[in-house]
Amino acid sequence: MRVIADIVKGAYSLIVGMGVTIRAFFSPVVTCQYPRETVNISPRFRSHTKLVGDPENPDRTKCIVCGMCERNCPSHSIKKVEGEKKEGEKKKTATSYILDFTTCSQCGMCVESCPVDALEFSDDYNPVGSKREDFHYDLVKEYEKRKKTI
Amino acid sequence: MCDTIINIVNIVGKEVVRTVVGLIGVFIVVLGNAIMLTWTERKVAGHIQRRIGPKEVGPFGLLQSFADSVKLLGKELLTPANVEKPLYYLAPTLIFVPVLVTFVVIPFDGFLQVKDINTGILVILAFSSLTVLSILIGGWGSDNKYSLIGAVRSVAQNIAYEIPLLLSLLPIIFMANSFSLRDIAEAQRGVWFVVYQPIAFLIFFVASVAETNRTPFDLPEAESELVAGFHTEYSGMRFSLFFLAEYTNMFIVSAIAVTFFLGGYQGPVLPGVVWFFIKTYALVFVLLWFRWTFPRVRFDQLLNFSWKILIPVSFLNLLVTGGILKI
Repeated sequence: MRVIADIVKGAYSLIVGMGVTIRAFFSPVVTCQYPRETVNISPRFRSHTKLVGDPENPDRTKCIVCGMCERNCPSHSIKKVEGEKKEGEKKKTATSYILDFTTCSQCGMCVESCPVDALEFSDDYNPVGSKREDFHYDLVKEYEKRKKTI
Repeated sequence: MCDTIINIVNIVGKEVVRTVVGLIGVFIVVLGNAIMLTWTERKVAGHIQRRIGPKEVGPFGLLQSFADSVKLLGKELLTPANVEKPLYYLAPTLIFVPVLVTFVVIPFDGFLQVKDINTGILVILAFSSLTVLSILIGGWGSDNKYSLIGAVRSVAQNIAYEIPLLLSLLPIIFMANSFSLRDIAEAQRGVWFVVYQPIAFLIFFVASVAETNRTPFDLPEAESELVAGFHTEYSGMRFSLFFLAEYTNMFIVSAIAVTFFLGGYQGPVLPGVVWFFIKTYALVFVLLWFRWTFPRVRFDQLLNFSWKILIPVSFLNLLVTGGILKI
């Protein structure tokens, strides 16, 4: 008797399994055809940092060249945070901000320590380069480029 | 043109022409079927795993199998150092013999059959045992422990599954009173035999999955435990012969199931050959569906299932059928 019960139960479980796969067969695909399509990047995604534009004056960034990020960076990836004071402005304007992305671990200390919230993570999820220097980003130049496309 | 053909037919004889044309047709069906099935298998696998499968080569990736076969043809035929050369070379050729022979007796339509042998099903069953012989000598000759384990498993598995396979076909032979496949298909003009013999159909289908070495009974191959089992050491065209044989065997067991249980080429409106292919490929799809649903069984489970369940049940089925027919 137990054998027959086992057979019936086993056969039923096989049919249930086949039901699961046939439902998957007819449901829409969930993969993204990468080079043809790109995925939606989640807002919490951390890539390299980028400078945020000043809402009052889009020519400059919010950065006031205080150097807090450079001092707080645990792996010393931020270098040459330099700037100058332009005529008729109260704050300094950044002219150079080098981020060495090869040693950056996206910990976010710079973003947290910035007193004027001038840094945020970008969603550049597929940076490529053929040499190490390709990943030494100048965030000021990157901002200038971005400003033109806006 | 027509006269020339008739003259040639008169000189060499009708039977020879029929056989040659039939064999060419068989070759076309074998190759076309294998190429289509590799594509279908990958597509079905993709959609069951909610991917889309091949899509880059040609529309819907249809030319993918052609690209693959060109790659396999172009590859160097590697022969590992310590193999038993005669056995190693013989195996891929030998696995192709039963494939070609069994096609000869399958009735694709009322008159679309290379040759109607009056012991057709015996020819198929006798030759399909050659598959396991070639797996055995391929695994034996490869000088590789995985191949040898795969080959030995294949033999044990085939001894276990050949018996229920034969016993599940016998009731049908009783009912149709003939060994010829065309007679059996003709006997189902009214009602399909699957209605009278559902248990035999189930047993035949399970045993034929084991016979073709498909998941969940793919123990001789067992990618995850035995690398690729009996064809670990084969590459290039020799490997693709094994592959071609596997896909053709899937077609053959489905075709036999259709002829024996699902009315063969019988069906309304459409011509018989279309019905035959529709039914066969529906069964082939079920085989693919099995592969992407069920995990591989353990070896003792496989043998227990055959010796303790399939064989007694098929014997019982045979006895009951014989008794009812006698009364």
